[in-house]
Amino acid sequence: MKKKIDPFFWIAVFSTSTVVAFILFPLVEMVVQPSFQDLKEAAQDPDVLRSIWLSIYTAGMAALISFIIGTPFAYLLARKEFPGKKLVESIVDLPIMIPHPVVGIAILGIAGQNHWLGQIMQQVGIHIMGTVTGIVTVLTFVGLPFYVNTVKAGFEAIPVRLENVSRSLGASLTGTFFRVTFPLAWRSMLVGIIMCSARAISEFGAVVIVAYHPMIAPVMIYERFTAYGLKYSQPVAVWLIVVCLALFLLLRIVSLPKESKA
Amino acid sequence: MINIESLRIELPGFTLQDINLSIEDGEFFTFLGPTGAGKTLVLEAIAGIIPITGGRIFVKGRDITHLPPDKRGIGIVYQDYALFPHLTVFENITYGLRYHNADPQKSGKLVEKLMVQLGLKALAQRSIQHLSGGEKQRVSLARALAVNPSVLLLDEPLSALDPNFREEIREVLKKLHERLETTFLMVTHDFAEALFLGQRTAIINRGRIEQVGYVSEVFRKPITPFAAEFVGMKNVFPAIFDGTKVVVDGLEMQAETMFKGREGYVAIRPEDILIRQETVSGNGINVFGGKVLDITDRGPYYEISARTGKVIFKAMLSKSDFFQMNLQTTKNINIAIRPSDIHVF
Repeated sequence: MKKKIDPFFWIAVFSTSTVVAFILFPLVEMVVQPSFQDLKEAAQDPDVLRSIWLSIYTAGMAALISFIIGTPFAYLLARKEFPGKKLVESIVDLPIMIPHPVVGIAILGIAGQNHWLGQIMQQVGIHIMGTVTGIVTVLTFVGLPFYVNTVKAGFEAIPVRLENVSRSLGASLTGTFFRVTFPLAWRSMLVGIIMCSARAISEFGAVVIVAYHPMIAPVMIYERFTAYGLKYSQPVAVWLIVVCLALFLLLRIVSLPKESKA
Repeated sequence: MINIESLRIELPGFTLQDINLSIEDGEFFTFLGPTGAGKTLVLEAIAGIIPITGGRIFVKGRDITHLPPDKRGIGIVYQDYALFPHLTVFENITYGLRYHNADPQKSGKLVEKLMVQLGLKALAQRSIQHLSGGEKQRVSLARALAVNPSVLLLDEPLSALDPNFREEIREVLKKLHERLETTFLMVTHDFAEALFLGQRTAIINRGRIEQVGYVSEVFRKPITPFAAEFVGMKNVFPAIFDGTKVVVDGLEMQAETMFKGREGYVAIRPEDILIRQETVSGNGINVFGGKVLDITDRGPYYEISARTGKVIFKAMLSKSDFFQMNLQTTKNINIAIRPSDIHVF
């Protein structure tokens, strides 16, 4: 007798192939469309190299800042209950929801000369408009929630009892963090860094408001597209994708748990 | 000696209150009570893991109420072992040594001794992921005892174990307690565990202590209806007293002990209620005719619910007696209770 296949199987096949094709098809097409010559030229163009490096550098800085200020904060959110915690958590998620150009405008609004904060910043020599500092600020703003939420989930997955036992054995709060919590949470921190920098490297709308120059890769791709058309923007995009994929793959491999020894 | 004075912990929807206890040095003390009674909270307050709302805690005369957990010298062993998953068995056991500036040679000897006693020598370099439940609990015990704490807190240490491991760890705990000078405080909901291990016990219910005393004493003479039910006296009734005469819901019985006062409770163990088909011989005291309401198979024995008048008694019947009597529901039977088996309070 022939085995009857459940209709759900066909629904699953259809939806899976649609989703995968929808995401992969345009990307693969974009990667294969430019000729080898175009790609080679783009790779030799110092402007392209500079913009890709700036993208990676600024996204990396945003991830580093998120790591430094976000880790203790994520730990606090994971471990402590306090009044207004839900509100604080919603505030952390705000940058995910705000339209990107609005982020840029909001940051410029407080960094300009008409704002007291902007005046103080200018006096101490911090400039946001059209600077690397400005780009890093914007990228941290959009990337931080991804770091905090990922690492918070990582901390929550560590039973609080392990920390209690460590304390009862004589370890201080700091000792416990470095001997128990960190060794068990560093993978989630690495994943948080990947999430944060991935989000940062893909940002365009907020950056273009705060700093058209120096040019990060997405801005350069946009500029080449508007000035010269699709053909000239594609090679830069391909290189950005290749470099990012390689970096994220590397971090992913490092963050994978080792096979446990018997 | 551990002294707990008016300990109070307020949580959303739960309050632990009026906890007053003194526990002797070297004692094996158990906290008994149902799930959610607040037993673990008492332990966590002693360990300094949760903030308390009021009261004070002293260990060996030292006020530890406001000390952080790492300054208390109190070890803790959890039901789920709480072993550090990234460390080996040996690293787990020696985790706390660096914080105790004792003679390294001496602490090394203690670790060695504990590992031998607990049968962990061969497992020293193993990852803890591959240990059985019993082995994990032995590692957890060794880790807590390696720093030579004055008090060891045990939070349901046997609950997560398979029955055969449970027996093993129970023996281990008993032996360790006999060999060491450490005071053991254990939380459990199992009265049999408390009977086997504990010297004194505190019965806790809904955030309050119901009774404190030697386990055997609480077993024989509970002083509250909850404690009576908890120690297995399935027949607990409010009663009106007149000397040794007891009236439960219209049923008149004779107790041996005189009760001072008019209103109180009686409690009778199910194994002390005799069920017979024929007329029970004797002087006729506390013999009642009744009817079988319900029969429940409890494995090694049957539990019989029988009604006489308005009172329903629960009795225990061995399997052989049960089959000999050929008991069935609605059958008429005789119920007899010795006056000395009626506990009044």
